[in-house]
Parts: sequence; C-alpha cells; structure tokens
Amino acid sequence: MSNENQSLLKLIVNNHPGVLSHICGLFARRSYNLEGVMIRPIAGSSSHKSCVWLLVNEVEKLPQLIRQTEKLIDVITVEQHDMKESIFEKTEQFFI
Amino acid sequence: MNDSAIDQKPQTNSIISGAQLLIHLLEEQGVTHVAGIPGGANLPMYDALTSSSIKHVLARHEQGAGFIAQGMARVSGEAHVCFASSGPGATNLVTAVADAKMDSIPLIAITGQVSQTMIGTDAFQEIDTFGLMLPITKHNWLVRSAEELLEVIPHAFEVALSGRPGPVSIDIPKDVQNELINFRPKSIDSTDVKAPCSALDENDIREMLAIIKNAHKPILMIGGGIIYSDACDDLKVFAETLDIPAVQTFMGLGVLSNEHPLSLGMLGMHGAPFTNLVLEECDLVVGLGVRFDDRATGKVSDFCPRAKFVHVDIDRSEIDKVISSMYSIHADVGDVLRAANNSLQHVTRPLWRQRIEKLKESHPLRLDGDDDLFRPYGAIKTIASMVDDSANITTDVGQHQMWVAQAYPFTRPRQWISSGGLGTMGFGLPTAIGMALAQPDITTLCFSGDGSFMMNIQELATLAEENLNVKVIILNNNHLGLVRQQQTLFYKKNLSAVKFQQGVDFAMAAKSMGVNGMNLGQVDNPHKQLTKALREPGPWVIDIPISETEMVFPMVAPGGSNRDMIHGEEQ
Ligand SMILES: Cc1ncc(C[n+]2csc(CCOP(=O)(O)OP(=O)(O)O)c2C)c(N)n1
Repeated sequence: MSNENQSLLKLIVNNHPGVLSHICGLFARRSYNLEGVMIRPIAGSSSHKSCVWLLVNEVEKLPQLIRQTEKLIDVITVEQHDMKESIFEKTEQFFI
Repeated sequence: MNDSAIDQKPQTNSIISGAQLLIHLLEEQGVTHVAGIPGGANLPMYDALTSSSIKHVLARHEQGAGFIAQGMARVSGEAHVCFASSGPGATNLVTAVADAKMDSIPLIAITGQVSQTMIGTDAFQEIDTFGLMLPITKHNWLVRSAEELLEVIPHAFEVALSGRPGPVSIDIPKDVQNELINFRPKSIDSTDVKAPCSALDENDIREMLAIIKNAHKPILMIGGGIIYSDACDDLKVFAETLDIPAVQTFMGLGVLSNEHPLSLGMLGMHGAPFTNLVLEECDLVVGLGVRFDDRATGKVSDFCPRAKFVHVDIDRSEIDKVISSMYSIHADVGDVLRAANNSLQHVTRPLWRQRIEKLKESHPLRLDGDDDLFRPYGAIKTIASMVDDSANITTDVGQHQMWVAQAYPFTRPRQWISSGGLGTMGFGLPTAIGMALAQPDITTLCFSGDGSFMMNIQELATLAEENLNVKVIILNNNHLGLVRQQQTLFYKKNLSAVKFQQGVDFAMAAKSMGVNGMNLGQVDNPHKQLTKALREPGPWVIDIPISETEMVFPMVAPGGSNRDMIHGEEQ
C-alpha cells in the first residue's frame, strides 16, 4: 500500500470529548487530505491521554499541516513516523 | 433581590448552582461587562447575573452582543464576554466569533444549550453549537458538569489571551447550569496551557541583525501582532536606531504615528502608490507580527520581487504559510524587539531614505477633494480636525472603511479598530458601543456606509440606553459602494444589485431609537452643526450625502500584482 505521497503522524492528545472533532475539523477547514485515523486511549494511562495515528496524503502542505495540528489545544505532541510496519500496514486486511 | 441568586462570593462548602459558579468564575477573571441576550437555555445564567457586580448590556441582536464584547476587547486588549441562548441565539453569534478569529481577538462567547438528556433529539432550539463554533474559534468546549466549569472558565481566558490571541466559545447545557455543587475553589495549574513558543535564542537575534546589516534597502512590514504584544514603543526604537522605513498593514495602522518620518503608511490593495513602489525596490522585508494577507501582498509571486524575507511571529503556522522566509523567528515580536534593541548600533541610510523621499514626491497618495466636506476625504479630514488625538475610530466595511484607513491621521495603537480579516458589514456600530463602554471618556467615531449601517442599525437603541459618546458618521452614497466600484472597474460598469431603490432617513431612524440624528446635507451651517455634534457629550448619527461615483484609489485588482495599481482621474 506504500504510497510516497503519504505520511504517518502520531499524536498524543488529551482524551477529551471533542478532541477528534477538533482534529478532523482542522483538516476539513484547511482542506488537508486525511486517509486514515486510528485512535485509542493510551493503555494503562491514568492521565487521560489518547494516541492518534493519522495517515495523511499531503506533501507540500505537510509542514503547515503539522504546525496547525500542533496548535490545537488538546494536542500534546505530533511526531512523524515511518510507514513501514505501521499500524495501517498491519491492519490492511481489515479494509478490503 | 432574587432568592435564587447569590449576593456575594460563594463560601467554601456552600451549595451553589452551575450558573452561580459561572458568574463567580467570570468575576474572578475581572469581567466587568457582559453583552448578550437571554433565552430559554441560558435563563439560569441570567438569574445568577442579577446579584453580580457584572454589568449586563442588553444588545438587540446576538451579533450586536458579540461585536460589543469585541469592541471592548479590541480597544483594551483584554478578554471580553458575550452571552447568547441556544439555537438561534448561538447562530446569531457566529459572525462576530468568526470575525474575532480572523483578527485574533480574545472574545469569550458563552452559550446556553439544551439539557444533556435532550442533546441529539432535535429538541426545541437545539443546534450543534460545538460543531458550529469549532472552525471559527481558537478552542471551544461543551461543558458536561458544573465541576468542569472550575477548569474550563479560567482555561478559556488563558487560551483566549495567550500566544496569538483568539476567540473561544463555551457551550453550557441547561442542566449543567442548574446542577448544584458543593463549592470548593480550585487552583488551576497554568501549565495546562501550552507555551506558545520556546524561550528566545540570542543567536536568532544576532542572525536577524546580521541579515539586516547586509541589506541595502531594508523595509519593516509591521502588523497587528506588534499592537497585541504591546511593543509599539520597542518597534519605534528599533526602526529609528536602524533607520529602517516601515510599511503598515491594515491591522497595523497606528503602530507608528502617521507623522513619523519612517512611516510609509499602508501597503497593499488600497495602499499609497509610493508605498507599493518602495516594496518593488527593497531588498529585504522584515515582517513583524504580520501574516502576509492577500489584501496586503497582492499576487504573492510578484510581492517584493527583489527582496528576501525575515519573518517574526508568535504563531509558528504563519511562518512560511504564504511567503518563504530566508530567516524566521518563532517568538513574541515584543520579546524579539526588546532583545534586539539591547544590542543595536546606530545606522543611517541616507541613500535609501532619499530614494524613498523621491518616490513619495513622484507618487504621492492623492486625497482628491480633501477640502470639501461633502466628499469622502474631505469629510474624514474635517472630522479628524474637529476631534483631538484621543478619539478612537472604527468603521464598517466598504469604500468608507478604506478612505478612513488611507486618510485618517492615526497617531497611536488601538486607536484604529476595523474588521480586517472577515470584512464584516455591520461591525461598526456595536463595536463602537463596546469601545465606548471600555473607554467612556473618549469620543468614539464610527465611520459607516449606508449599506453596512443597516446590518446592525438596531443597536442604536442599545446605544441610546447606554448614552455613550459614539458619533456615527454615514458616508451615504445610497449604494453598496465598494461593490459598485468593483463592477465599474472589473465588470464593464454592469451595475448589478448595488443601488438602493428605497433610501433611508437615518436621522429619523436614529431619533426613533433615542439617538440624535441629522442629515448634514439639509442643515444650514453644516460645519457648525458638525462641530457641535462631535463635541457635545452623547450619541449622534450624522448622515453625510456623497456621490455614488466616488472611488477608492489606488486599487489593485483582486489577485493582481501590487505594482499594477489603478489610479483615478484627477477631479
Ligand atoms: C456581511 C457582509 N455582506 C456582504 C459583504 C460584501 N460587501 C463588501 S463592501 C459592500 C458594500 C458596502 O456598502 P456600504 O456599507 O454602503 O459602504 P460603501 O462601500 O458604500 O462605503 C458589500 C456588500 C460584506 N463585506 N459583508
């Protein structure tokens, strides 16, 4: 499935209701292409954090996209990750 | 006194309602005024408000309430609050909140919502306020328990004011407002709010100064960020010591006094010809608290074709958003200027300054008719000469707004307040009310157009009630003038839906709502009457008839390059 236009982002966010709306709302509002989302509370975390994996289809706008995402109040960190062995690769069989 | 309301600070361990807690938390934030309109879903807030020291300003439309709060916020730099009920109350607020987002204004919009058990059932006056506000706020909340208010309210003020300011909205279901809780003050950990930027690096300052040192024809581009950072004095020292002329964005008017020798006035779509031409020649642009809006840059690929860019902004996502900078500093522009000012050496640039003087002489800003009270520049100049520097100025949106931006002699920050990013018609009157509420001893001038003024004219009744020193000046061309201008210039004079068949007697409309009004075209000695209206305390609406053929020049076509300015014929 590897596509060189795609990037993988890992976000740590406050597990507030509405946090996913804020992320998706930002992407819709700035017309960033979002191809996949995985979100789960961080296991065993008492601090109410969630981990979000985003598969995005942006090359030129990627730095801008990351900066905008970092600005969201409930987003704590944003990291870029390698596509290889990613959660999206491993779960490919569920999306056919 | 109302039984259900508190009469003083809640005591620890006393039982109070969510609504009472809300009002208490607003008082703790130093809120003195709330503008709003009550309705079914925020009744508990209004019940709690009666025993508070907070003064409520009853607007006549929630958009008016939003702009009244904005006016207070814009003129003071503080966060200010508006209230609306659910459903239509919330939708009516949307324009004022979106306007605050575009211009980075700390507005706190608090809405009532139907009870949580009703959310999702299409209940009466239920609307997804959270969803509506989400793309037009810096952050927003749906509060799910009274307990949450203890965190959300202080956090909301901090978010609105920290870093790049912006509006926030808080939606509070009615059951949360009614919920009784055992009051315990909670200390909030302010580290909850992310720092907008990391600490300043001295190397960044050194690097920036080295780049400036190597430039032969540098220009400062100064914007609203400098005002929000309270750094106008620092900017002045910086510009003077390095002898660098400065162009001002629309939002940055007033950062440098109009009369300052280094001030080149406003750039962009309606900027002075020499200002845009200087930018054609400069070899370095230092953008300070600006976001390179398209109304300022024109066609981006042609903007400052010979220049490299240095960009300083507190919002990292603004850096390299529109133009690619050769060097950028992600920091509070005030901190950067103060740090830089510590190590500056005096420079003079006689050649560059001479060149600019020459351009100024050969391509001045022409203010045709500035001696005629019944022409736009004349009206503005005459009125400016009748009030002193202390007057605050706001506008609506259209030609009149641009004429004022071009011609009014602004001398200080926060004197000029206008809807820059959203360009909202109807902005002027309620914003003027807010400005005057915040600074009642200062005269507030609101320049409006006959189109814009109709969009929030109902707030004249609010103005009369508050009896403020607001003087509305309508430059009345009986048209949607700026649209008429665009159709004239870019659509072969095919005038479509820009003329009002039915005119309005604004003086009579004002009187009907308790505000003094006159049509300056119909009085005997207009100069004398005008002076009297401007100088006596209390509100006035002054209707000045002008010709619909008046244009704002120069004009850069939307999407065009700033060097391609359209100039009017001399009149
Ligand atoms: C709420 C809103 N609707 C539409 C517009 C588009 N628009 C921009 S200027 C303008 C005409 C303004 O007319 P008026 O207030 O009379 O001012 P003038 O240009 O005549 O000075 C219009 C319709 C807008 N900016 N805001």
